[in-house]
Amino acid sequence: MSEAFWIVLGMAAVTYLPRMLPFFWRPAAYSPFVRRFLKYLPFAILGALIFPGVLTSTGSPASSVAGAAVAVLFAWWRWHLILVVLGAVLAATLVGAIGG
Amino acid sequence: MEERRSKGTWQETLHRHPIVQGAMNALPIAIGYVPIAIAYGLLAKSAGLTLFITVFMSMAVYAGASQFLGVSLIGAQAGAASIIALTFFLNLRLLLMSTALSARLREPRALLRAIVAFGVTDESFSVASFRPGPLETSYLLTLEFVAYASWVAGSALGYLTGEWLPSSLQAGMGIALYAMFIGLLVPNARTSRTGLIVAVLAMLLNSGFAPLLGPGMGIVITAIIVSLAAALLDREERAEEAVQDGAATHER
Repeated sequence: MSEAFWIVLGMAAVTYLPRMLPFFWRPAAYSPFVRRFLKYLPFAILGALIFPGVLTSTGSPASSVAGAAVAVLFAWWRWHLILVVLGAVLAATLVGAIGG
Repeated sequence: MEERRSKGTWQETLHRHPIVQGAMNALPIAIGYVPIAIAYGLLAKSAGLTLFITVFMSMAVYAGASQFLGVSLIGAQAGAASIIALTFFLNLRLLLMSTALSARLREPRALLRAIVAFGVTDESFSVASFRPGPLETSYLLTLEFVAYASWVAGSALGYLTGEWLPSSLQAGMGIALYAMFIGLLVPNARTSRTGLIVAVLAMLLNSGFAPLLGPGMGIVITAIIVSLAAALLDREERAEEAVQDGAATHER
């Protein structure tokens, strides 16, 4: 097998490890403090995933900002997630095509 | 009248089934994944990887950012150890996500827990996090499987056909995953004041950390600091818990 194959296997192992461990080593019950921590974790992770990465997501700041703005607007109106994604892609593509 | 009501109930029952809900909740993930997977397949091809390695990486690693990193580094003949170490740090945040999901999953069978664990991604975690009520194994497995299938299929599609797409669309598709994150965050932040503050603080803090620590570790450190601070400082939630605990004691 090629070297790339073994690299991919190594990548797979170190990616599966952090996914799997918490499903097997877990306490019987979590303290209220840990429960609050876990409750806010999705908000923190989503915030950090979005920013600042979104600014460089399409290769041009203008089309990235246009796509993100459409996504925020549609999401604020509680439109379906599919429309949020499609609207953002469309906006980013159009602004990118115009030369933004 | 009677018939209509029973028909409604039948449809509602189907609609509420965890497998149906898992599949429906996976659709936006799939729509976000396919364009990103196409971009990945395209990059892998231009980096000189074979179709087999490209699709095998999507099937075995199944983690977007590190795959982009992996194919460009393999294409640049970087050392195996450095690629694997980078992948590890980039994906350490999965530890936090699996911890949160595992706390809500009641599944005694080790094999099923191991399979559920394999499907944990930024996106499946986010969707499952905001699902009210208990997390059923069947819901999670369906959600994860549909997302996984779209990622693997999209990778092959991108490798084989990606170069025929107009370049402005190829670039615009880069926003898809971020739009999904925004679409998950905004409606939930509207109903949770502390959640909104937590998200905004994470954005600010990560802007400082990401250039210093790299995108993977930046997210891990940011998420830990901000969630710890929220857990320490959120008095409203504590008061609510006290009331709920009191009510629960009462019911017993």
